[in-house]
Amino acid sequence: MSKRIDVADLNVYYGNFLAVEDVNINIDAKTVTAFIGPSGCGKSTFLRTLNRMHEVIPGARVEGKVMLDGDNLYGSGVDPVTVRSQIGMVFQRPNPFPTMSIRDNVLAGIKLNNKRISKSDADGIVESSLQGANLWNEVKDRLDKPGSGLSGGQQQRLCIARTIAVKPEVILMDEPCSALDPISTLAIEDLINELKNDYTVVIVTHNMQQAARVSDKTAFFNIAGTGKPGKLIEYAETATIFSNPSVKATEDYVSGRFG
Amino acid sequence: MSSNALTDSGSAGRAGDKIFSTAAMVAGSLILFVLFCVAVFLVKESIPALTADPADLKGGVSFFAHIGALIVGTLIAAAIALLLATPVAVGVALFISHYAPRRLAQGLGYIVDLLAAIPSVIYGAWGVTVLAPALVPPYVWLAENAGWIPLFTGPASATGKTMLTAGVVLAVMIMPIVTSLSREIFLQTPKLHEEAALALGATRWEMVRVAVLPFARPGIVSAVMLGLGRALGETMAIALVLSSGPMIASLIQSGNQTIAAEIALAFPESSGVQTNALFAAGLVLFVITLAVNMVARWIVARHKEFSGAN
Repeated sequence: MSKRIDVADLNVYYGNFLAVEDVNINIDAKTVTAFIGPSGCGKSTFLRTLNRMHEVIPGARVEGKVMLDGDNLYGSGVDPVTVRSQIGMVFQRPNPFPTMSIRDNVLAGIKLNNKRISKSDADGIVESSLQGANLWNEVKDRLDKPGSGLSGGQQQRLCIARTIAVKPEVILMDEPCSALDPISTLAIEDLINELKNDYTVVIVTHNMQQAARVSDKTAFFNIAGTGKPGKLIEYAETATIFSNPSVKATEDYVSGRFG
Repeated sequence: MSSNALTDSGSAGRAGDKIFSTAAMVAGSLILFVLFCVAVFLVKESIPALTADPADLKGGVSFFAHIGALIVGTLIAAAIALLLATPVAVGVALFISHYAPRRLAQGLGYIVDLLAAIPSVIYGAWGVTVLAPALVPPYVWLAENAGWIPLFTGPASATGKTMLTAGVVLAVMIMPIVTSLSREIFLQTPKLHEEAALALGATRWEMVRVAVLPFARPGIVSAVMLGLGRALGETMAIALVLSSGPMIASLIQSGNQTIAAEIALAFPESSGVQTNALFAAGLVLFVITLAVNMVARWIVARHKEFSGAN
């Protein structure tokens, strides 16, 4: 498990509007990479192009290459469904399926990808996924209760459990803590540190302290002005970005002078 | 100076609030009051028929013997309509909400809404002049090849004016309303849940199955119940399409009758206690509709915990 991602000359358009311009970035396997930048700079948009979730938005399209261990996600004949089963995603707001129990939520992706599994296999996957998301001890006695009855932080960890249950190569997280309280945020951050052992993790965050705490490398995105495309300004080791960035705009942003 | 500055503020806003809450309460009670009056009227008019001498009633049988066949006929017609209309309506609604390109979806939605506005007598006229003759050959085929099933016992009606034709006409009639409501529900599926499914590697259909249909289930039930209400009470279309008669199992022979059509057809030539019997039939229809709706609510409520409302 876990593969590297190499992006070459990527442009993202909404209709004719160029939203993100010319991104080149190499993300190593089994690392945590954080995308930071002011609102509207295209970091979430760019994240979505890494598993083709941007295609859900009408008019959104991409030029360029995204390679997953050398295989182009946008090659002809590549099915976005296959891409997404290998590159999972956790969203800004926790979104467990409200009509499903906790157990069924964890198994939702499995049941899609290879329909039939024995009950004992299913039990094993439910336990290991929930363990992997640091949620097992809190919910093991109520697996048949609805997932929507959990707290926000628990729901978000349930969504992570659901994502890792399908054993993806990469996990994308789009501001996974922005709707959570500090304690739940800490639980998710601890979890991200553990996920790194098995998965490549890419996380978009508005919280610079969070980026500093969880990531190995950080990418700073910025936008020149309204109506201009977002760009990748600087990408380096997290320590470098926060202590000794090479671009003035990065320094201004991480030191809180704007954004 | 003991006046409290907090007591006399914003009296204008307070008045608006009062007017609104009173208006809402009056509107709410009005519904209950009308329903109550209808029930009282029906019960009052029904009583003479329930106790009448069978000899005074139509056909010379007691009211309860007479109404049994009508209840069965009403339920059969409505059941056929629901069985045929629900899958089609849900399919069309899904196509409009999740599959069709936006421009086509808008046009289709508009057409469906238009269909819902066509008066039932038109559907009835179409049923009797176009659909019934067209269905005769299939009925003959059914009688020959599936005649061993009691529902399709021959000889098939030569005019096609049968229970099955009536059911098909009802299905066509209720399809637009069920489609329209289902489509609105499907469009309200939270984007978050759809994206959750897609991000797990769901295809379009799997996304619909995992995220859209479970979310919409209570709404679909409500839509079907509205359709059922219309099918149970439909008068004109049945009166035109069905060649009524005594209760029989076969759906492809003439026979059977529904409560609403019976009331409409028999009312002009009834008098005295026979009219009372028709009101009693109306009361029975009222009760059936109420019972069916309560069962549907109960089914929806049973899964409340998982409805996503919490």
